[in-house]
Amino acid sequence: MRFVDEYRDAGQARQLAARIRDLCEPGRHYTFMEVCGGHTHTIYKHGLEDHLPETVSLVHGPGCPVCVIPMGRIDDAIAIAHEPGVIMTSFGDMMRVPGGRGSFLDAKAAGADIRMVYSPLDALKIARQNPDRTVVFMAIGFETTAPSTAMTVLRAEAEGIGNFAVFCNHVTILPAIKAILDSPDMRLDGFIGPGHVSTVIGCRPYSFIAGDYGKPLVCAGFEPLDVLQSVHMLLRQLAEGRAEVENQYTRVVPWDGNPRALSAISRVMELRPHFEWRGLGFIANSALRMGESYAAYDAERRFPVPGVRVADPKACQCGEVLKGVLKPWECKVFGTACTPETPIGTCMVSSEGACAAYYNFGRFTRRREVAPSPGLRSGGSAATRATREGDGFERPSSLTK
Amino acid sequence: MCLGIPGEIVELIPGQPELAKVEVAGVRRAINVGLVSQDGIRPGDWVLVHVGFAMSKIDEQEAAATLALLRGLGQAYTDELEALAESDIT
Repeated sequence: MRFVDEYRDAGQARQLAARIRDLCEPGRHYTFMEVCGGHTHTIYKHGLEDHLPETVSLVHGPGCPVCVIPMGRIDDAIAIAHEPGVIMTSFGDMMRVPGGRGSFLDAKAAGADIRMVYSPLDALKIARQNPDRTVVFMAIGFETTAPSTAMTVLRAEAEGIGNFAVFCNHVTILPAIKAILDSPDMRLDGFIGPGHVSTVIGCRPYSFIAGDYGKPLVCAGFEPLDVLQSVHMLLRQLAEGRAEVENQYTRVVPWDGNPRALSAISRVMELRPHFEWRGLGFIANSALRMGESYAAYDAERRFPVPGVRVADPKACQCGEVLKGVLKPWECKVFGTACTPETPIGTCMVSSEGACAAYYNFGRFTRRREVAPSPGLRSGGSAATRATREGDGFERPSSLTK
Repeated sequence: MCLGIPGEIVELIPGQPELAKVEVAGVRRAINVGLVSQDGIRPGDWVLVHVGFAMSKIDEQEAAATLALLRGLGQAYTDELEALAESDIT
């Protein structure tokens, strides 16, 4: 299909790769973080690192909503699910995420009524059909899904549906990026900005990254050429001594985002003073809860919530993966004790997680000639780059009919 | 979830201005278009759908590219489509 080929043309990829090489200063290492799990998928699927010079490394960020939910919140949700009369609803991604005392699936086997939904509107429909029960929606996600939860609550209010509540775990991407920038082992040279989050928040809110931290950010699309072009734009900024927010994904991302979506969020929700992120710890003003005027829809106010903090399993290194300090395959349990079938950590459970992406696409051989520690610590993980066996960029998209 | 799925608007739903029917890979489902309706939504338009909500309007070329990309994701895309097929928003 012509449309698709334009974004995957191998010749264009080679040209871009050559221009990227030209922009690299000899002897300098560059490390860019792709914030969004969607980009991680594109990078692994198409083996994009093989098209970049060894001195350019891409590390993963915290942009997988299931991955950053701490175990204690799963336990809280399960406690709510066991309350009399409650139907807990959740996206399919959440069902197998292990909490401190099992997953939703385990709780379901133990008698809790937990149902998978595609949309919060489906959860609202269950509430409509079960007026004698209370339907709780386990809301997760960044700014791409928060407006949907907010709109659903507004709809519940408009219809006068009282037996619906939200267990709100929405997180916001900017404080997480700031936490990574403030981290003492930060060695990033720039960011590949999340494409679909930016359709909601726009590009403007990233300006502190350029202004206060002097790091460029490019909002990027998800096609292989989009990612390569974004790397090129980042390198060009660095070569010209600039640090700005640029938008590579103009065909989808408006500079000002989606004002209606933002206003739905701010009408229904408010910032939490702090929220725990898996791997990143507590981050101030980094998550949303139901606002005072919508307290009636807040599961945390309607039900007792244990709120016990649970430490991640010792063997699990999701935290390091989420901060870009470790590559998935460098985790001790990756692909052995931890697989998509029997996940230990969230990065392997969620289809958007870096470990799951790498496990699914990574028919790779490891090359570790030199072995400094990778990612943020070393400022360049080229030494621990995985070389993919075939299945690279030129592979025609047989999947594209 | 974070990657939107492109859907083509095939029908507006009379009396429910916030809802429209979209077709995604042969599956027709109702979604909420309240967040993009300021742009004017008509049958034939393409939107990016996140968990039952259209979050942005896109053109057909972008839709085709995104669909191809999602198909390449394999299981993640299949799961999302299966979930969408189960959806029954009214």
